[in-house]
Amino acid sequence: MSDTIVPLTTKKDWVSDQEVRWCPGCGDYGVMHAVQTLMPELGVAPENTVFISGIGCSSRFPYYMNTYGMHSIHGRAPAIATGVAVARPDLDVWVITGDGDSLSIGGNHLIHALRRNVNLTILLFNNRIYGLTKGQYSPTSETGKVTKSTPFGSIDHPFNPLSVALGAEASFVARTHDLDRKHMIEVFRAAHAHRGASFVEIFQNCNVFNDGAFDDVTSKHARDEMMIDLKHGQPIRFGVDGHKGVAMGSDGQLRIVEVADAGESALLVHDAHREDPGLAFALARLSHDDHSATPFGVFRDVQRGDYGQMVGAQLASASEKKGPGDLGSLLRSNGTWMVGGG
Amino acid sequence: MTDTTPTIDTMPSAEHARPERAPEQISHVVVRFAGDSGDGMQLTGDRFTSASALFGNDLSTFPDYPAEIRAPAGTVNGVSSFQVHISDHDITTPGDSPNVLVAMNPAALKADLHRLEQNGLLIVNSDSFESRDLEKAGYDHNPLNDDFLSAYRVVEIPMTSLTQKATETLGVKARDAERSKNFFALGVISWLYSRPVEPTIEWINGKFKDLVKESNLAAFRAGYNFGETSELFDHPYQVKPAQLPAGEYTNISGNVALAWGLVAAGQLAKLPLFLGSYPITPASDILHELSKHKHFGIRTVQAEDEIAAIGMALGAAFSGHLGITTTSGPGVALKSETISLGISLELPLLIVDIQRGGPSTGLPTKTEAADLNIAMYGRHGEAPLPIVAAYSPAHCFDAAIEAARIALKYRTPVILLSDGFLANGSEPWLLPDVSTLPDISVSFQTEKNHIAADGSEEYWPYLRDPVTLARPWAIPGTPGLMHRVGGIEKEDGTGNISYAPANHEKMVHLRADKVAGIAHDIPPAVVVGDADADLVLLGWGSTWAAIDAAVQRTRRAGTKVAWIHLTHLNPLPPNLGELLRSFRTVLVPELNLGHLCRMVRAEYLVDAKPINKVQGLPFTSAELEVAITEALS
Repeated sequence: MSDTIVPLTTKKDWVSDQEVRWCPGCGDYGVMHAVQTLMPELGVAPENTVFISGIGCSSRFPYYMNTYGMHSIHGRAPAIATGVAVARPDLDVWVITGDGDSLSIGGNHLIHALRRNVNLTILLFNNRIYGLTKGQYSPTSETGKVTKSTPFGSIDHPFNPLSVALGAEASFVARTHDLDRKHMIEVFRAAHAHRGASFVEIFQNCNVFNDGAFDDVTSKHARDEMMIDLKHGQPIRFGVDGHKGVAMGSDGQLRIVEVADAGESALLVHDAHREDPGLAFALARLSHDDHSATPFGVFRDVQRGDYGQMVGAQLASASEKKGPGDLGSLLRSNGTWMVGGG
Repeated sequence: MTDTTPTIDTMPSAEHARPERAPEQISHVVVRFAGDSGDGMQLTGDRFTSASALFGNDLSTFPDYPAEIRAPAGTVNGVSSFQVHISDHDITTPGDSPNVLVAMNPAALKADLHRLEQNGLLIVNSDSFESRDLEKAGYDHNPLNDDFLSAYRVVEIPMTSLTQKATETLGVKARDAERSKNFFALGVISWLYSRPVEPTIEWINGKFKDLVKESNLAAFRAGYNFGETSELFDHPYQVKPAQLPAGEYTNISGNVALAWGLVAAGQLAKLPLFLGSYPITPASDILHELSKHKHFGIRTVQAEDEIAAIGMALGAAFSGHLGITTTSGPGVALKSETISLGISLELPLLIVDIQRGGPSTGLPTKTEAADLNIAMYGRHGEAPLPIVAAYSPAHCFDAAIEAARIALKYRTPVILLSDGFLANGSEPWLLPDVSTLPDISVSFQTEKNHIAADGSEEYWPYLRDPVTLARPWAIPGTPGLMHRVGGIEKEDGTGNISYAPANHEKMVHLRADKVAGIAHDIPPAVVVGDADADLVLLGWGSTWAAIDAAVQRTRRAGTKVAWIHLTHLNPLPPNLGELLRSFRTVLVPELNLGHLCRMVRAEYLVDAKPINKVQGLPFTSAELEVAITEALS
């Protein structure tokens, strides 16, 4: 195989003829353009690509892609996509979901798709709010959030989506955000290249019901000091001129340090391929709110058997041992007897 | 029979029984084995059944066991029973009342004595009637010591101690030997009904190893010899092989027949099978069975829940597989939203419901047929779908193929109804010639199917077949036919999202018309019995066996009666209304409170009357015979 992929398609080939119906200014547009820009670069064909979504604003996504697609049921996209990917390991299957869709009503399907390591590229649009139902708090909304359903402030403790994914044995876990198309493209490319379940959390702005939720971290003026870009094999540094970094204290806790004080050798070197998910988990929980330095990029990328391929392998090995199934023999497999004539 | 007889050296076979004890010929017998859940009664019944099947009897079985895996030993709650009816003629039911009850302990006696016919043969394991056993079963007296059992022919056999004696020379500990006492009981009954011993010995040799095998063989032999030598019985009995239609037979349970029907459907449709399933009684056996046959290219996934199970099956259907999910009533409730999506997407999908007693957990190991309403109406929105119901264990095979045929041809979810009675019951099945099974294959769409206004070709995923109203099935991987489907209402033809009022109404009608139109593609309803009778029984599902026996008995007694049995419950056969109106009385026996009865009353304005039973048990033929007589008087 050659390293350079010759594009078989252009971005236009991936755009459906349907009018896009998200609110003007919605972060979903940025994600869609990133995906449509990336697809020709992957060297894959639209007819071999399937987008499956649940319910919610982001779940309208498949309608806008000129591929096979299904806009399904609230929370169930990972289960339906599992059916597609297990039946047809030859296909590229993407799951489009939101924080309510996959962490609330569909939490069970998400964790089991990750555990089984089904070959899916799961993009979770996290805007920390229910948009389509007009502004209720979500399982990723911060405690104290005032919404229509929490007029006195939410008392729920939120999920950290990356912690959930890592706890669910995910083999690929990453984070990106809707304001940086280049970053999204690189993360999506890595997610697509990973065989098995890839989980990507996208910080996505809902400019109608939760505007600016991630501004303190992802806005242009904040990024330099607040975004920690993880790069495999490199010391974790960020800030202007990389003056800050992430180091592990003697208590085993990760903390943010000034490189000048701690010294370069104290910095943690990021290892996305590390079998043990402990450090990835610690990095995922480095930030506890949307107002402090937050890691982005690929947290974890390890190899584990792809569920659909393993199902196929069991079928192939059974056929090899027993030969192709014969219905007549099956019907006689519990013993038979003859009546008359025989 | 077999040329080589395995290790029966120490045991005379039935043919060599002493002349003065020659078997008495009887036409049929119903035996019920009852014991503690740990006593192996299902296995004992199953072996007796297999030996009888191989001998050539017609038979019908009824395993009846508790939901608890091991309820407290010796209690009535823990009693597990297996009833088998063997016959020298064609039968359909496992029998109303056993002629013989084998009770391994007082709890079994307490649970099942009321079923035994008057003057029936009661064989008890007298070793288990100690005061502690009696107390656990709730007896304040020993029924063996007073005239409590005077209405029955009681034979007391100390099965536990005799088994221990028979195995002690092998070095089996007394406690372990006790586990073989079910084989002692099987040996006694095998002698009493002149069963061939070879199949059982062969089976024990293949199934067990080492000391357990030897112990079971010794117990079986000891039981057989005890029957012959003990003089407790006057003579053995013989039930001759039945005069069944010629051909090759196997003994089949409903769940295995259904699983094999699904395998066959995949072969006949030339499609790979995909089963998404979550374990639930009494449907799990289908998951187990299909999981064994991977060399047929069958993918089985044990999903994280019922919703995921059907979701996976739907995803597989979208991808070009025959998608199936198997469950019981509670699972159907959970799958409801996905079934509605399947109806909206117009994709083939099979939902198999092995009904059990409900609502909620209800009676998970007992039978009922109270899911017809949820199958018909249990979805949000206008969401009709076809319903097929199996009527006997063997018929589950044909019903599975028929349900798949409809699903594939009309691109629709189909609910296939079976129940716990069919699932676990078994009967001899005349094997079909597989080359005569129907071709149910359909074609995937591979070409664009519409000319756009600008003259270019395009693909319309909802452009329907004018006859079946089915939409094309274009699967991922097909160049040029990329399209999106979803739960939002679609514009007829293009399949694009549409909120237009008139379009929605049109689509609701199209989906309903498509299902209703299947009526022209199913066999008409057929009247069995006396077409000129005043009374017709209208049945569906597993009531078939009891209705068949009741109709035969009623007609033999000189009363005219007719019977219609439905396998298609939605749509109903187009001639059904006319047929029902031709009878003065329509009786609808159902194991629910009248689901089909209300359907036909609403559909045809006929004054159908329900006969209902919801005890977790099938109808007996006597119950239906009485109902017929009462309705005619």
